[in-house]
Amino acid sequence: MVANALEMLVVYPDPPPTDLARMLDLSGYRWKAVSSTDEATRNEPAKGWAGAIIVCDEDPEAAWLFARSLRKRDTPVSPVVVLVSGAQLADLELRDDLYEDFCLTPFHPRELEARLRHLLWQSVGGTRPELIEHGGLALNLETYQATFNNHPLDLTYMEYELLKFLAQNPGKVFSREMLLSRVWGYEYYGGARTVDVHVRRLRAKLGEEHANLIQTVRSVGYRFGQSRWGS
Amino acid sequence: MLDQQRDYVLRTVEERGVRLVRLWFTDVLGNLKSFAISPAELENALNDGMTFDGSSIDGFSRLQESDVLAIPDPNTFEVMPWVDAKGAEARVFCDIHNLDGTPFHGDPRQVLRRNLDAARAQGFEFLVAPDMEYFYFEPPVAGQKPVPLDEGGFFDLTSNDVSSSMRKETIRTLETMGIPVEYSFHEDAPSQQEIDLRHTDALSMADSVMTFRMVVKEIAAMHNVHATFMPKPLEGVQGSGMHLHLSLFSGENNAFYDESDPYNLSLVAKQFMAGLLRHAAEITAVTNQTVNSYKRLVPGFEAPVHISWARNNRSGLIRVPIAKRGNASATRIEYRSPDPACNPYLAFSVILAAGLKGIREGYELAPEADANLFEMDDDVLLKLGIDQLPQSLSDSLRIMEQSSLVLEALGEHIFEWFLRNKRSEWRAYKTQVTPYELTRYLKSI
Repeated sequence: MVANALEMLVVYPDPPPTDLARMLDLSGYRWKAVSSTDEATRNEPAKGWAGAIIVCDEDPEAAWLFARSLRKRDTPVSPVVVLVSGAQLADLELRDDLYEDFCLTPFHPRELEARLRHLLWQSVGGTRPELIEHGGLALNLETYQATFNNHPLDLTYMEYELLKFLAQNPGKVFSREMLLSRVWGYEYYGGARTVDVHVRRLRAKLGEEHANLIQTVRSVGYRFGQSRWGS
Repeated sequence: MLDQQRDYVLRTVEERGVRLVRLWFTDVLGNLKSFAISPAELENALNDGMTFDGSSIDGFSRLQESDVLAIPDPNTFEVMPWVDAKGAEARVFCDIHNLDGTPFHGDPRQVLRRNLDAARAQGFEFLVAPDMEYFYFEPPVAGQKPVPLDEGGFFDLTSNDVSSSMRKETIRTLETMGIPVEYSFHEDAPSQQEIDLRHTDALSMADSVMTFRMVVKEIAAMHNVHATFMPKPLEGVQGSGMHLHLSLFSGENNAFYDESDPYNLSLVAKQFMAGLLRHAAEITAVTNQTVNSYKRLVPGFEAPVHISWARNNRSGLIRVPIAKRGNASATRIEYRSPDPACNPYLAFSVILAAGLKGIREGYELAPEADANLFEMDDDVLLKLGIDQLPQSLSDSLRIMEQSSLVLEALGEHIFEWFLRNKRSEWRAYKTQVTPYELTRYLKSI
């Protein structure tokens, strides 16, 4: 399972060791090998490199220089995995800022694959589980769990999705049609009224005291939390 | 989208420590059926459904096609609000399919889906809000009359407190299960309660009615009280109805609302009402499906008897509540004959079908009957063209049998099974010699 199959990894040096190339191909990653910082800049995709794998055990000095160049840029490349031999472990010292993780050579393809997957998964959601918090409300976007004042809220999928969408855009007013197309966007019964129904359910589950977290904006739609303009 | 929903359900089960998932579905008579699976089986169930023997369940029986598939509708997944020591439980409603994946014709939920799709093809979404009435009784003793809590010295507390605290607990539970309540109160009859639910689309509401009946009974049972949705459990006081507030929406607009009309009713609303009134007798077997249902539909107890409509006359079959001025979305009609012992999926289906037919064929609505019809003689009513609802289950079935509308709405499978099942219920009833007859005839004849 590749979280960001369409994104591109940069691999140093060019050509990379064949077992590394094979591992990347078998795991379905897209990658480009480069032999210099310039080449890395020239070949960088529009969205930037999704991460880097740097093989250090052939020419350590050049490899660390390359690693440092990736971090010196305006938008540093991350995550970076370095491959080092057992004899090079001491080189890792004082270079903690240059890499997220390392693997010993000769590496085990499945170990490297697991490390890479884990790093990329973290970087997709920011480096920690993404959390939306507002007042006592917390939504964990990775585990789908919602809590209010640390008590779990049991929501249906659509209730969760609606609350998430509103909480991601606090203070903004959405029409029913807008919410329908952004949150539902598929076959459902009840038309635009479906939004009202779900708002009522959410309010009921939040409890009377917190029902006003989702405010009705007369003849427009709904807003989460207070207006940005303090009205 | 479906994948995300499944993922959501699976994650929730994991995060909330759900130990048991109950798969819910409804038989033709409206009984809630359930079987439980472990979380480990859930992923498989969500993807491929769970096979079970349909012939073991009323209305799902046909020997040659007895195995069916229950496929959970992930959007109905809810963690149950009561958590026992062993861990949380969740429930999810299922659609029943044949093994080849086609919808199973004996599944009431699929019947309602089909009718809602027909409404959508006509450009309408069907919204329903029921007023649920029921009684609390002391635990029943076979053959004895039910004992209302309000009368008996059953509790140390005054029994009114017990009823109202159970009602409040019920409402809290419903709200945490995503079933918002509009009003609730103690009804006129002793021990009778009413809880009015806020409108939703008809499919969600039919699911909610099933959940509602279960929650009311469960919470009563926790207090050693019996809650019943029997339409007329006590003689001489009003029975339990399930008045249905109905409206159709087109997009954001209430299709029943017309500002320029003196009643604020659109042509669509009037045609829908005309359809309901014209086909009311045909659908009564479904909306009032027990022998006992017809003991509620008698004059003098706020239940409808005549096939008529009015704004402020509670003796009519359809009432048009006066919505607050300018509140277009609250414009609705109230269909007053159904009782809470019906199968909500099937009842909503036939009601919708009758209304849609009125719209499709441009039926004309008869004038409002605002006088108290209970005080009119039959010949006056006849002159006004006001008919009565069927007087018994037997009458209802005879009328339903001739109805192509009900046949189409329910589909052949359920239509035939329902008639067969209900005729045998009527036969069993007819053979009874009742205390009434003994008192009335034994000595005098």
